[in-house]
Amino acid sequence: MRGLTPSQTIGPFLAIGLPWPDGPEVVPAGTAGAITISGRVLDGTGDPVPDALVETWQAAPDGSFPHPDDPRGAGPAGFRAFGRSATDAAGQYVIITLRPGPLPWPGGGTEAPHLDVSVFARGLLHRVVTRIYLGDESEANAADPVLGTVDPARRDTLIAVPGEAGQFRFDIRLQDPQETVFFDV
Amino acid sequence: MTGYERPEGLHPPLDTPEYRSTLLRAPRHPPVRLEQGLTEITGPLLGAERVTAADADLTTRHAGEPLGERMILTGRVLDSGGRPVPDALVEIWQANAAGRYNHQVDDHPAPLDPNFDGAGRCLTDSDGRYRFVTIKPGAYPWRNHLNAWRPQHIHFSLFGRAFTQRLITQMYFPGDPLFGQDPIFNSVPDPQARERLICRLDLDVTQPDWALGYVWDIVLRGPAATVFEEGA
Repeated sequence: MRGLTPSQTIGPFLAIGLPWPDGPEVVPAGTAGAITISGRVLDGTGDPVPDALVETWQAAPDGSFPHPDDPRGAGPAGFRAFGRSATDAAGQYVIITLRPGPLPWPGGGTEAPHLDVSVFARGLLHRVVTRIYLGDESEANAADPVLGTVDPARRDTLIAVPGEAGQFRFDIRLQDPQETVFFDV
Repeated sequence: MTGYERPEGLHPPLDTPEYRSTLLRAPRHPPVRLEQGLTEITGPLLGAERVTAADADLTTRHAGEPLGERMILTGRVLDSGGRPVPDALVEIWQANAAGRYNHQVDDHPAPLDPNFDGAGRCLTDSDGRYRFVTIKPGAYPWRNHLNAWRPQHIHFSLFGRAFTQRLITQMYFPGDPLFGQDPIFNSVPDPQARERLICRLDLDVTQPDWALGYVWDIVLRGPAATVFEEGA
């Protein structure tokens, strides 16, 4: 066994190397059925975090992944499934994507539609991982095996609030009060 | 279904008060254990369309050559079982030779270099190997504590092939006298793991009369035993 490489902070200068012009667009804006998930990354005083990187990874609408390690077989190529958005001066990020499909959970049951999220920032020595669930999927969310492991009092921090015309709001609070639930993956 | 090992005790604790930026940003609640499902064992396979050959050479992108000590930086991306991670995106960013980042937030009064932007990217080859040509970054002061200086380092972003393998880290240089006072380098709890962030000089990679060669291998989490028992 080789020793693993440890994490270090992304630091304040990630904008030099990491943002892509099309990073927030998992699908091009205006794609039929596209949803927009946006929100702010906030610190323990509620101030915006203007130097964070938010990345998302998700299933396609049919529940497939463009990836050969999916034991059900790789889904169709063409859906990037990955989003990347640096936060702006107001701590705001945005991801334009398609609604992910539900997934069979290896332990039995069905995972509600969700996006896995990595958050990197100055002051975070390794990424924090959370999940975005969609607030208009309440029935699926109620049966989700992962949400079921989360303290009910904090579960709402994982649920994006639906607005008009495919808009969802999902703030990421790094620290109390109302700290977002983060996962050890 | 195969999942990925969990690196207990490897990464720096998020709550590392010696690094002051953690104080308002490190979560207070312990993370909730997430079993690895389909979303976790897959991940972005970002292909060649994001990278051109010129992206791996940070010294030839402008009208003139950047100032500083030219260097070749290469190594392999592997998993802990020693298997190479091929076709994986590697992104780097760094300060210039004077210790200044090409970024509006950096107000260190050292000169910018019009011939150096400090960003590079490449894909690993079939053997997991990456290779960059760049210049050695300078050390620079920051305001963490009195007389705080960052050791010379290059930032690395690695994807591997699964969401669980995603890693952002920093690579350092051998024998840096600034290690002892740097809370970021020292945030890695295991001294041996800390040493794995340091590249080594390699005269076989060095090109005589042109550039020093450094080698740094990156090891990502490897596959673990079955995540779930069937029907459990």
